[in-house]
Amino acid sequence: MSEVMVDVHGVHKSFGPLEVLRGVDLRVRAGEVTVILGPSGSGKSTLLRTINHLEKVNRGWISIDGELIGYRRSGNRLHELKEKDVLKQRTHIGFVFQNFNLFPHLTVLDNLVEAPVSALRRPRKEAEETARRLLERVGLADKAGAYPRQLSGGQQQRVAIARALALEPKVLLFDEPTSALDPELVGEVLDVIKDLARTGTTMIVVTHEIGFAREVADTVVFMDDGVVVEQGPPAAVLDAPRHERTRAFLSKVL
Amino acid sequence: MASTTGAAPPGPATADLRPGAPPAPDDPASLKVVPARHYARWAAAVAVAVLVAQFVHGLATNPVWEWGVFRDYVLSETIVRAVWVTLQLTAYATVLGFLLGTVLAFMRLSRSPVLQTVAWTYIWIFRSIPMIVQLVFWFNLSALYRELGVGIPFGPVFWSVDSNSLIGTIGAAIIGLTLHQAAYAAEIVRGGVIAVDRGQLEAAAALGIPRLRQIRRIVLPQAMRAILPTAGNEIIGLLKGTSVVYVMSIGELFYQVQVIYGRNGRVIPLLLVATAWYVVLTSLLSVAQYYVERRYARGADRTPPPTPVQRARRFVRTLREAATRRDRPVVPLKTLGPVGESR
Repeated sequence: MSEVMVDVHGVHKSFGPLEVLRGVDLRVRAGEVTVILGPSGSGKSTLLRTINHLEKVNRGWISIDGELIGYRRSGNRLHELKEKDVLKQRTHIGFVFQNFNLFPHLTVLDNLVEAPVSALRRPRKEAEETARRLLERVGLADKAGAYPRQLSGGQQQRVAIARALALEPKVLLFDEPTSALDPELVGEVLDVIKDLARTGTTMIVVTHEIGFAREVADTVVFMDDGVVVEQGPPAAVLDAPRHERTRAFLSKVL
Repeated sequence: MASTTGAAPPGPATADLRPGAPPAPDDPASLKVVPARHYARWAAAVAVAVLVAQFVHGLATNPVWEWGVFRDYVLSETIVRAVWVTLQLTAYATVLGFLLGTVLAFMRLSRSPVLQTVAWTYIWIFRSIPMIVQLVFWFNLSALYRELGVGIPFGPVFWSVDSNSLIGTIGAAIIGLTLHQAAYAAEIVRGGVIAVDRGQLEAAAALGIPRLRQIRRIVLPQAMRAILPTAGNEIIGLLKGTSVVYVMSIGELFYQVQVIYGRNGRVIPLLLVATAWYVVLTSLLSVAQYYVERRYARGADRTPPPTPVQRARRFVRTLREAATRRDRPVVPLKTLGPVGESR
């Protein structure tokens, strides 16, 4: 089996008195797709946001490709990284938001070019070529000059995926990528993600699309109340869940 | 209301709607449209028009306005030079004030309690002092600090200069206006920044875009949409506010006008001269504001609003079309084009 790309180890996270993550362990191998399922409030999105350090963890650690996220280890101390270094780490971690969060005042092309040019110091011309190739890949080659608000929700999310890919990240995180879309637009976004899965991109996807999980996931993780309740191949978790809580959740959404 | 006793409902809904059926005689599309008549509106318009005509007539015929004197002075060299001073004061105070204001705004938004407190205190103090009081303070700076120098804080001074020679009267005025303006600009900029969706910063952070670049490239351009209308107000207010520096005997527009009418006693026409210039300058600023706002609206609407020129052209075209199609009974509804499908 291939090496571990994302390693989440004993992560705790609280917002004030509310403990959202209560010791989460998760391992994702390179080239695999992990789908996280669970009722709302179970901590799925928070877990995803701790992986690229949008949220700081209170306890535990996370590493990507062997590199600790947000901290530097020397001896048996963890030194908190400065924002500048955290930003550098984030260029290896693509993040796709539920609400797309495209930059509305920039054209589609500029949305894709911005981070490679400013964070990775790529020459603009090279970044534009990459951007156009990525737009073609998500089927939006003709929208390079459009502004995000001139696109449908599905198109915007495809642009957002292309934007995350422009940094050539080691892992892609999706936070409910289709939850803000009209039902008829969900398919086009899932198709893009499936295509990425086929080409061996390491991905963690938080979603409510059980069918997608069954079709694409190598591992399905079921979370509830801030812990991983069970995980395994989709056939095991979705069709023969061992835990009562998993069964209760699946009976509601299937 | 609802009747359950069967039978077709009465009224025009009984029209035969099957395809191929001949249009019913009461099909609304074939009828002539008679526009509603607004008698009260017309009466009010006439009354207001009469009042306006009276006022304009008074402007033209009342000898007190002394239009001849107005003509003599409005483009005179003294006045034009005074307008130039006014413009310079406005420009310096705007640019420096908004630069300092932006710094203060981000200090208030920073996570450092020291920076927050300093910025908050600055804004509190400078919003509390009337501009005129502050200006007189600066005018008397040399009484407060005879010399200004550079050195180690609380330690020896390496280089110093007489404060009056460093900061002339104009310099003092610019500093005063700038410091005053910065306090207001800070709040305007801060308002614009917090109006930008949080997700924008998260997306920028998730993409690893460097912090300063996040602010310059992602946050500020979007904040400008909220900043500009208020900033436009402020700059126009500042343009007129520069007239306050007459207390420092600086030869800007209002001071110069006062000097002239102090000499020749023609108060009314000279006030008109000042008024005319302030109106012209404000109008220019308003036009500039419109175009700057339009530029920062890129991407905000699906179709950008037309420029005034485009709008005027379209209006003329509509009139022409309406004239050639007088016989058509249907009034065109989209006379002024898309109102912008804003979202």
